[in-house]
Amino acid sequence: MDASNKESALNVNASSIKISDVSQDGDMLTFAITSQNLSGSGGVCVFRTYEDFIWLQQSLFSQEDVPELQGVIFPPLPDKPLPSHSHTQAKVLKQLGFLSLGDKWQIYCKALELYLQQVAAHTLLSKNKELYNFLSSSESPGKQRSKKGIFNRLSQVMEEMRKEGHKDVDEFFQSERDKTTNLSVLFKVATEKFLEVVLTKQKLALACGHFSTSLHLCVNQENADAVAFSKICLKLSDIIETMKRNFEKVSDNDMSTLGLGLELESRYQEAKREMLFRRTCRLVELDNANKNVDRAKPNKKAHMEEVQKATQKEFNLISSVAKQEIVHYHRTRVQVLRDFLIDWCEKQLSTAQESSTLFSQYLEACKGLAV
Amino acid sequence: MAASSERSPPPFPELEDQELEPELEDEDSDEGADIFTGSTLSSMDPPLPVSTSEPDKDIFSGPRAEPLNNPLSETAAEQLKAVSGASSKAKGDVPVEEAGSEEPDDLFSDPLGESGAELETHTSNAPLLDFSEEPPKSDPIKKAASSVAAEKKVLHTDLFGDGVDDDEDKDDLFKTPPGAMMKKPQASLFRAEPDDIFPEAKTEAKPATKASAKQPNNAPTDLFTEEPFTVMPAARAAVKPAAIPSANTSSKTNGLHSDEEDLFAEATVELSLDSPRNDRRKRDAMKPSEPVPCPSTSTSSSKPQPKKLEELEEEEKEDKFDLNISVTNPEKTTLSMFRSKQLTVRRRFSDFLGLYEKLSEKHSPNGYIVPPAPEKSILGMTKVKVGKEDLSSDEFVERRRAALERYLQRVVSHPSLLQDPDVREFLEKEELPRAVSTQALSGAGFLKMINKATDAVSKMTIKMNESDVWFEEKLQEVESEDQQLRKLHGMVESLVNHRKELSVNTAVFAKSVAMLGSSEDNTALSRALSQLAEVEDRIEQLHQDQAANDFFIFAELLADYIRLLGAVRACFDQRMKAWQRWQDGQNMLQKKREAEAKLLWANKPEKLQQAKDEIGEWEGRVSQYERDFDRVSATVRKEVMRFEKEKTRDFKKQIIKYLQSLLHSEQQLIKYWEAFLPEAKAIA
Repeated sequence: MDASNKESALNVNASSIKISDVSQDGDMLTFAITSQNLSGSGGVCVFRTYEDFIWLQQSLFSQEDVPELQGVIFPPLPDKPLPSHSHTQAKVLKQLGFLSLGDKWQIYCKALELYLQQVAAHTLLSKNKELYNFLSSSESPGKQRSKKGIFNRLSQVMEEMRKEGHKDVDEFFQSERDKTTNLSVLFKVATEKFLEVVLTKQKLALACGHFSTSLHLCVNQENADAVAFSKICLKLSDIIETMKRNFEKVSDNDMSTLGLGLELESRYQEAKREMLFRRTCRLVELDNANKNVDRAKPNKKAHMEEVQKATQKEFNLISSVAKQEIVHYHRTRVQVLRDFLIDWCEKQLSTAQESSTLFSQYLEACKGLAV
Repeated sequence: MAASSERSPPPFPELEDQELEPELEDEDSDEGADIFTGSTLSSMDPPLPVSTSEPDKDIFSGPRAEPLNNPLSETAAEQLKAVSGASSKAKGDVPVEEAGSEEPDDLFSDPLGESGAELETHTSNAPLLDFSEEPPKSDPIKKAASSVAAEKKVLHTDLFGDGVDDDEDKDDLFKTPPGAMMKKPQASLFRAEPDDIFPEAKTEAKPATKASAKQPNNAPTDLFTEEPFTVMPAARAAVKPAAIPSANTSSKTNGLHSDEEDLFAEATVELSLDSPRNDRRKRDAMKPSEPVPCPSTSTSSSKPQPKKLEELEEEEKEDKFDLNISVTNPEKTTLSMFRSKQLTVRRRFSDFLGLYEKLSEKHSPNGYIVPPAPEKSILGMTKVKVGKEDLSSDEFVERRRAALERYLQRVVSHPSLLQDPDVREFLEKEELPRAVSTQALSGAGFLKMINKATDAVSKMTIKMNESDVWFEEKLQEVESEDQQLRKLHGMVESLVNHRKELSVNTAVFAKSVAMLGSSEDNTALSRALSQLAEVEDRIEQLHQDQAANDFFIFAELLADYIRLLGAVRACFDQRMKAWQRWQDGQNMLQKKREAEAKLLWANKPEKLQQAKDEIGEWEGRVSQYERDFDRVSATVRKEVMRFEKEKTRDFKKQIIKYLQSLLHSEQQLIKYWEAFLPEAKAIA
């Protein structure tokens, strides 16, 4: 996320990371990832599957030598793509939302690209060796580690229910937790609604397409009057076709900018929530340690205090990292959203201008049509 | 007649009686008295000619029983029952039963046709009598009706005279469509064709009887039209059933409701409706003249020949309250003195149907394409009447208004139809005789009827060996075009639906963004999101407008043309009919010739002359039929060409309109985005 990553051990320009191509082989999607090192020379292209991405994410999660990792907001990895035909369109749509749209996983690639860029730009995460390997080694990274990382979704949910309500000692974190819970729901809803808008636009485009095609069937060249009418029909068909293209463009704009932005934001909110949750877990641990110290028998007291101190220290570290992360996140997310909004707005504007030019041309042509 | 009597008659007397009962119980004593005194009087006047004495009897039973039973089919006994039963229920103490027992003799001794005719006359008389309840606007009729025997007699003689005169009077009075038979001018009041007497009589009769019973039923009608004052419904209800055009003041409003009435006839709501009739009346009289009063005489005199109308535009406004339609016709003429002349008349929906019926009766046998009037939508109308002020009823009213406007424009853009006196009358006359027999015209029933008829005709004429390839091809073209238009119509409908869906979704999204905006901490982002919510709200409106445009510009256009193609096919059918007549004539002539040959061979000179005469006669007819056929063919040809030109022009016009709307939408969008862009950029 940070544009300048001089301190980063990674010798790769974060913003140069691109997913340039994707190929589908059965159920397997392979992404071509290109990147450049900081000096701007020596581009590298590697091919990675979604499993490789999972592996990367796992290795990021499980860096044992970095205690402050618990306070990091990990850039969220998009959900598994479901390219197979065995999955219904509706299911894919439900699971991936905007990411399932677009031609040839275009939006999904964009999301993965963003993920990689964010990881590479992250001050802590970019130090990970595996990332470098992932980006530059032509070999496929090692076997996927056990799926059970620190995030086992199911157990997490259970724990979450238990610990979510734990009162925070720090007001800042308490309010962050509340706000994040609230915002992440709102963003999710907004994303869903926007997705519906986009889908409706696509349906409209489709309907326009049918309409335009059917108009072609009305063509009849047999006599003068019919020819005149046919001309009208063809003209209308063209107009409807333009309308169709307009809808397509608009919905493309929607999904590639604001749609993706909203989706990313809601995933990020989720990641932030997870981080806060991890911190809460530590907090619970700390509280337990404190209690243990109080309750501990004298012979074990020393040991307990040690544990308590260690936990306290770790917790403090995590909290400070988390605070930084949150501040950083808040700054960048506004930037990201802003960029998406501007991009969206500009695209819509240009599409509208294009269409309006086309329509006014048609209007002139129609007016000139001798009938 | 036979067909319709099969359909309906038996249930009606009962039905009517049932309906009548409760109402009559509620009835005011003096009003009841009016009716029944009237009838009593006449029934007590033996010296009066049959026609006069009968009417009165009919007054009682007329509205319900007669039109239903009398014209043949029903037995005398039944009739008697109906009459006397009804009347006795209605008023035990009045010598109705005498009437019942006396009259039937006359009634039933009459030859069927005549009695039928007379009965109808009298049925129409019933509403007349109803007028007597209404105090104001004293037509001679009303006065007479409400006053004493002597006057009553006068009234009858005035009104009905005897036999023929009477009929002729009616003719004028009621503006019977010319097609109706001389003998039954009144029939047209109820239904131009004998077939229709029954259904219509039923519906007519109801209001009539109700009227006499203070019309508790009619009130609801008005209720549903959302009259703000209950006052007005009352008055209207009173006026309404008096469907007699001679009561000029009320004819317009009258007509208005009666077709809606039927819908709600069952839905009875009691209302006290006595008092305000008077002022309502006045209001009625005032209202129509409100915009630009054009006395019909002056307009018609000042109006140039319709030919000179270069352009005729109509704007209609459907008044939601009483469902009147006010029609403004700014007419531009070539003569400068008539420039920017504006005609304003108020018409109700059924008047349009009536106009269509008149026109189609007159012109379609000649092969003209008579533009079909919009269909009645019972569902929509019910919504309007029952519904609150919701969107769908507004939409319905607007849709109907637009449809009527397009209909009128089509009529007046037709050179032949524009010259029709009925059209001119429709456009400029302050008061229009109540459109009649619109009941059958409206709705799906009518369409089915037409379809059946056309199917039957086309089946019948499959044998027709088409001499003219043009017609054959054209007919095929028309049919395939019909299919295509239907398909297109379906597509446009789905387009409209998606568009509506889009607008709904956009609205939901806008709300969701607004919520995001309000929970966002970053002030600039929050502000931008709120702005975005507003933009999305506007876009939603844009989508909604565009959906309306899709609908009104394309869906309605296509629907119109689908119906117009029906009219085109009908004119092909007319041509086939003409051809059939001609063929039949030829066959007949052939037979006659054969008969003559036989006679010649059998050497029967005494009959030979007659046979020769007949041949001569048939030769004349055949050549007449042939000429007719040629004429119709030529007209059809011309009409179809005209139709196609018109169609192309129409589509072009609509496409331009549509493009303009699209352009407008996009320009609005550009504006919105341009306004939003700085907001987005302002996010720090």
